[in-house]
Amino acid sequence: MLKKIAAACLIIGLVAAIVLWVLSAPATLSEQQIAAFPAGDAAKGENVFWAAGCASCHSAPKAKGDAQLTLTGGRGFATPFGTFFAPNISTDKEHGVGSWSLGDFANAVLLGTTPDGAHYFPAFPFGTYARMTHGDVADLWAYFQTLPADKTASKTHDVPFPFNVRRGVGLWKLLFFSTEPVLAFDNPSEQLKRGQYLVEALAHCGECHTPRNPAGGMRLDRWLAGGKAPEGDEVIPNITPHEDGIGDWSATDIVYSLETAFTPEFDSFGSSMVEVQENMARLPKSDREAIAAYLKAVPALAKE
Amino acid sequence: MKKLFLMLSSATVMLVTSATAADDPIAARKAIMQSVGAAAGLGGAMLKGEMDYNPKAGKAVMTAMHSAAIGIADLFPAGSETGGKTTSSPKIWEDMAGFKAALAKFEADAGEGASSDLADKAAFQAAFGKAAANCKSCHEGYRVKK
Repeated sequence: MLKKIAAACLIIGLVAAIVLWVLSAPATLSEQQIAAFPAGDAAKGENVFWAAGCASCHSAPKAKGDAQLTLTGGRGFATPFGTFFAPNISTDKEHGVGSWSLGDFANAVLLGTTPDGAHYFPAFPFGTYARMTHGDVADLWAYFQTLPADKTASKTHDVPFPFNVRRGVGLWKLLFFSTEPVLAFDNPSEQLKRGQYLVEALAHCGECHTPRNPAGGMRLDRWLAGGKAPEGDEVIPNITPHEDGIGDWSATDIVYSLETAFTPEFDSFGSSMVEVQENMARLPKSDREAIAAYLKAVPALAKE
Repeated sequence: MKKLFLMLSSATVMLVTSATAADDPIAARKAIMQSVGAAAGLGGAMLKGEMDYNPKAGKAVMTAMHSAAIGIADLFPAGSETGGKTTSSPKIWEDMAGFKAALAKFEADAGEGASSDLADKAAFQAAFGKAAANCKSCHEGYRVKK
């Protein structure tokens, strides 16, 4: 009898392991899906580039101005799982993404899958970029082709076992990866839809402003309500329209802050929000107004 | 009302530097930063059109920033890295030369504005914009959110 139970357990365990192995496999787009991407427009891609904040992680540490366009990598992100280093994604063929195809790029950005079929770690916010339109991915890729190449080798992540097992990210994706919108609105205006797309897909505001559970997934019931930073030891502000957040900011105040880095009380933005603000200031004003409309429309959440 | 506000904010700078700076540098530098924030708030309100521009108010804003930049420079002594709910980043003490250089730039930019002709709003906007750009560039590296 005991032997039979042990055998059953062994079989169940084996089946579970096989199922998890299969389910945790990195996904890729099919050739037909990639062939159906619209042609990329580099000029439009520049706007996607700043909205998505690529340079804020992938340029050299402390790069400002034109130096931000060289995506040499090297910035470190100290998380509870270890320190991740942003890789070189410049157009260098050896050290960057110069030899990639549009399909490789789309699989990376939309699905978090490397060209050789492994998982990226979610320090790269593919879980947010997953909501990008294929048109924006194609435009962004076209813009990437206009950027300089750099020969700096990417640093190896300093991440201990078991978090360094890339296959494990497949389980993380099973739990947290979704291409669905975070919020659902009744009859949203075009402006609100644009704001939702900017915040939920490109600008990845939630990656810092939404607290995480112990497994590193965003707690969507606490969307944009702030809390402990995903890296470093700072506290990230609540940006929902609650009095614990930015409920007393008008939409105009939000737009002004994204243009000037000044809050309505004339404190200034600091730390990593400065680079985000400088990215947002490069967008058309209508985009900042759309972000403000969205931030006024999200659920107001008190601090915990 | 405006004048009272201005007198208060510049008085804060003088008071805290003389009375408590030596024994409580954290409280002193916090109060100075608040006076900079109040001055920036007044300047911003005039630039946003929430208040009419007044050259005397413009001068007071720039002068408050300039005196704050001078007054705060020595309020980061060794031993004041933590405590008092400070939001100063440890990077200040790891890179004191860089921090002092950033403050010197703020002092120079604000001082230039304070001594310039601020007769009209456009002149104030240029002076204020140059000085106030130092807020975020310094807060980017040397302040943490807590």
